[in-house]
Amino acid sequence: MAGDHVKLSKNLLRMKFMQRGLDAETKKQLEEDEKRIISDEHWYLDLPELKAKENLMVEEKSFVPCEELRFGRLSIKGFNPEVEKLMVLMNPKEKEEEEDVSRMQTDVTDEEMALRYEALVGSMKKKFAKKRERAALDEDDVNQNVVETEPKRGFMKPELD
Amino acid sequence: MFSSLKEKVGQVLVPGDEFGFEAEDSISLTESAKPERVVCGPGLRRSGDRLVVSKSGVLRHKPPHCFWIESQQRRYIPAKGETVIGIVTAKSGDVFKVDVGSSEQASLSYLAFEGATKRNRPNVQVGDLVFAQFIIANKDMEPELVCIDGSGRANGMGVFGAGGLLFKVSLGLVRRLLAPHSDIRADLDRLFPCELVVGLNGRVWVRSSSTQQTLIVANLLQSCDTMTAAQRQQLFRKVQQGAL
Repeated sequence: MAGDHVKLSKNLLRMKFMQRGLDAETKKQLEEDEKRIISDEHWYLDLPELKAKENLMVEEKSFVPCEELRFGRLSIKGFNPEVEKLMVLMNPKEKEEEEDVSRMQTDVTDEEMALRYEALVGSMKKKFAKKRERAALDEDDVNQNVVETEPKRGFMKPELD
Repeated sequence: MFSSLKEKVGQVLVPGDEFGFEAEDSISLTESAKPERVVCGPGLRRSGDRLVVSKSGVLRHKPPHCFWIESQQRRYIPAKGETVIGIVTAKSGDVFKVDVGSSEQASLSYLAFEGATKRNRPNVQVGDLVFAQFIIANKDMEPELVCIDGSGRANGMGVFGAGGLLFKVSLGLVRRLLAPHSDIRADLDRLFPCELVVGLNGRVWVRSSSTQQTLIVANLLQSCDTMTAAQRQQLFRKVQQGAL
């Protein structure tokens, strides 16, 4: 009886081993107290808010990016094969090669890719289906694939009378 | 500001010329509302809201929004990321002091070479030439060089210079030599086999199969500074005929 009226101190309640036994309400109150202490300790400068202007200028001290200068080692007419290799490695490629890349990227069009994956989806589905489901799937395909221009030729189950 | 800068491209500007934002205060309906970012290269300096010219020369522009002043000078000012030819002047403990032709000597750590460790020191003597890159280049600090790139590879940097000749040309000529479609380089291609190391600090090192040829290339390059394209081509042709 007497134990109910005894109040434990706040600091004691805040200790880690006491947290388990606390009920929700006391917990909340403790948290609020803590928050108030923290916000009281914070202080603000009474100044107008500093507006960070967007910086529109970037300074660049070097000529290299501006004029697109090449690497400083040159070998002329194959005098030093090692340096020739370095020149190929270090100097950014000419524009002609870039065009090649763009052509290569459009080798497979998006539509083609989609068509190929469409076929793949079906075959992967078949792989994971159980035997009975597989048979059903096949039938479904035969019935529903109207989109295909040329229907797949295969074994058709003869109808039983 | 962008439009006012664009107007001046190709014109001669002197230190003290300014560009402000005021010109573009009126809102245009056709263009997008977001102002464009400007990259100001060497010779242009930011000062608050304005752009101030700090070198005299011709304003150049590279699309989309890079502006710089092309000037003629011989004194090198270190800039981060540039590759230069330096001469080792002192060895003091962990760092080498390297003369790069700027107002202050640069420092080069002995660990900043390919394959160098605390035990395995690089073999660098006083007087050696190094091809190195600035990793720190501030106005108020000692510049620092390295002979490796970000992944620890030398990539052509490091100690070099056996059997060649080092000479100095103007910084403008060096940039003309390294420009993407350089006509001087095209002219050199028609001469004899040789090797060049070009530092952006105006130092050029040449080596060819014989001392004579090395000297010829060195003299040609040094005289290129003050010649027109026609004069240069004539001289190169003469050398080609004489050498062959």
